[in-house]
Amino acid sequence: MLNIRNLHARIDGKNILKGINLEIKAGEVHAIMGPNGSGKSTLASVLAGRKEYEVTEGSVDFLGKDLLDLSPEARAGEGLFLAFQYPIEIPGLSTTNFIKTAVNEVRKYRGENALDAVGFLRLMKEKMAIMNIDQSLLSRSLNEGFSGGEKKRNEIFQMAMLQPRFAILDETDSGLDIDAIRIVANGVNKLRNKDNAVLVVTHYQRLLDYIVPDFVHVLYNGRIVKSGTKELALELEERGYDFIRSENHIGEEVK
Amino acid sequence: MNSDLYLPAANDRNDEPGIIERTVLNEYKYGFVTDIEADEAPKGLDENIIRFISAKKNEPEWMLEWRLKAFRHWLKMEEPTWANVSYTPINYQDIIYYSAPKQKVNPANLDEIDPELRRTFEKLGISLDEQKRLSGVAVDAVVDSVSIGTTFKKQLAELGIIFCSMSEAIREHPELIKKHLGSVVPITDNFFAALNAAVFTDGSFCYIPKGVRSPMELSTYFRINAENTGQFERTLIVAEEGSYVSYLEGCTAPMRDENQLHAAVVELITMDNAEIKYSTVQNWYPGDKEGVGGIYNFVTKRGICKGVNSKISWTQVETGSSITWKYPSVILKGDNSVGEFYSVAVTNNYQQADTGTKMMHLGKNTKSRIVSKGISAGFSNNSYRGLVHVSKGATNARNFSQCDSLLLGDKCGAHTFPYIEVKNNTAMVEHEATTSKIGEDQIFYCNQRGIDNETAVALIINGFAKEVMNQLPMEFAVEAQKLLAISLEGSVG
Ligand SMILES: Nc1ncnc2c1ncn2[C@@H]1O[C@H](COP(=O)(O)OP(=O)(O)O)[C@@H](O)[C@H]1O
Ligand SMILES: [Mg+2]
Repeated sequence: MLNIRNLHARIDGKNILKGINLEIKAGEVHAIMGPNGSGKSTLASVLAGRKEYEVTEGSVDFLGKDLLDLSPEARAGEGLFLAFQYPIEIPGLSTTNFIKTAVNEVRKYRGENALDAVGFLRLMKEKMAIMNIDQSLLSRSLNEGFSGGEKKRNEIFQMAMLQPRFAILDETDSGLDIDAIRIVANGVNKLRNKDNAVLVVTHYQRLLDYIVPDFVHVLYNGRIVKSGTKELALELEERGYDFIRSENHIGEEVK
Repeated sequence: MNSDLYLPAANDRNDEPGIIERTVLNEYKYGFVTDIEADEAPKGLDENIIRFISAKKNEPEWMLEWRLKAFRHWLKMEEPTWANVSYTPINYQDIIYYSAPKQKVNPANLDEIDPELRRTFEKLGISLDEQKRLSGVAVDAVVDSVSIGTTFKKQLAELGIIFCSMSEAIREHPELIKKHLGSVVPITDNFFAALNAAVFTDGSFCYIPKGVRSPMELSTYFRINAENTGQFERTLIVAEEGSYVSYLEGCTAPMRDENQLHAAVVELITMDNAEIKYSTVQNWYPGDKEGVGGIYNFVTKRGICKGVNSKISWTQVETGSSITWKYPSVILKGDNSVGEFYSVAVTNNYQQADTGTKMMHLGKNTKSRIVSKGISAGFSNNSYRGLVHVSKGATNARNFSQCDSLLLGDKCGAHTFPYIEVKNNTAMVEHEATTSKIGEDQIFYCNQRGIDNETAVALIINGFAKEVMNQLPMEFAVEAQKLLAISLEGSVG
């Protein structure tokens, strides 16, 4: 489904990604872990098409298409979704209206008819139940004045509404208490099937108790330095990132 | 099922389905010219031209005298230069002051409107066919210097409401006109108001008698069509005790390389417990991407809350014109009266807007509310200029002002000039102002959800302007939201 080869990217003249290789197949869940500043959000942004990042080398194939050649909205249309680490506020724009526009723009991209009010409402009700999300939240301005947990839940709710083929969750667990993590994870699990895939970016092993990954990768200083199964996450939790540092002799490159 | 998920709630109309559809329009949609023969005055301005206009309109002698007095005063005045706008000087001798499409003047029957003009209005989305109107909106249609027809006159007359062109009002209702015309904006008020008083050619008159609530929106649609002409119209609305009217004006003009002058005067009067809600969707031709052409819009709008507990509310959506100079104001004379000003001003390319309001608190317990949303893009300049004045006798006056500016890009300007004069220490005057930019991160967030740049900008600006847009009558809100998006086309991405 997604094949990243030797991906290099920079911002403001600073090289952040230094040769990422990663293949994700349909039906899989991958987790990326790594210390702060290692480039996890950068990878997510580059895949989503944020134009401030310059790709200097490498390629990304997504469902047979050259992902890097597509505009961010086309990537969304192709089925890529990013749950932001820091969701953005848009004052005065109701969350419902935003999501409705998004759903219909994506449908338009795929050559499908726009959902009418009734169809949209039906979809919304269904996903609200799964995500345990309250309607009053959705009638408020997008992310404005939302608590950290509400913002993250809203991200996953949008994912449920858009039904992407491939979703990246960028630290969706940070700032959530254990109940909220369970709700979010539960939502993600319900959306999983053999045709889609998820990339979970996280700091903590905790989330992976609920969203069980098939593979875990450690991103360190712009490279994937170690890959394994979910036991790797447990090991990281126990030993911290220092053991990676020593194994890779790259400690001196990290502040 | 809880229906307010998708039905527009009264205070949340942005959620109406399908409002923010992507509108693909690459140019000003109203820029066409109607090919119709016109009856015109020669270029230039002197007393003879004023006599010509007055004669064309079969005006009584007192009206001509009024005009000449204004003209003589105007000759002694100087064009104001304090606004934050710059433009090539206007040559007042190079303008045609009267131009009327050749058709039967002011036809008694709407069927007699020239078919070409009827088609023009159809194209503008305004039906002059009473049968075809779905919602209750009465229209006075003004082309260049004359009203070509007014709908629903008879139905309104049954309630005692007078809704007609200004020319007709001068002939048919001289006592009302003599009493009120120029009583809010005197002929000596300012340079453009004096010019207007001298040469105004038409406009609308609305009179709502005591205790009557107008059952429909009254509206005037102003269209400039002829070349080299100026449009100078005057609107007067009088709401007698306990009456209510909601009034809307719209305006468009052809695309031309020359600038055309539009200098209007609007006067509103509310007696005890009366209310006027006045909305404007101003979409004069703004000029092209290089700033060539466009309408110079110099307008004086003022209302007086004469009676106790009366209310005047101005709502404006200003997207057009190359220069906008207007300050719809309220004189709060009656005790407990309320003045409101809700404004969205959008400037793009080389447009310049200097707009705002004056709230003059004279009576006790008077309240005013100002909400101004300026959106600037391209190389444009957008200024809010407002005065809140609390006079000595205005005990317990209250004002709240909120002035927000939104910038698209870094070559445009946003400015706020709030003036506050308080002569009574029981007054409470609050002013808040913010300036923000549409963030790349906001646009990217939308993009990531499948929304392209133009739609993203439409969503963001409609969110920004929501509080003002919600004030518009429902019939016009949808169009106005689209207009905001179209005006900013090409400014991002
Ligand atoms: N706009 C930027 N300009 C310069 N450096 C940046 C910018 N954005 C991120 N970085 C740097 O890129 C590195 C990776 O950041 P990020 O991808 O956010 O890490 P992570 O998500 O793993 O914590 C950090 O060193 C960060 O300081
Ligand atoms: Mg991060």
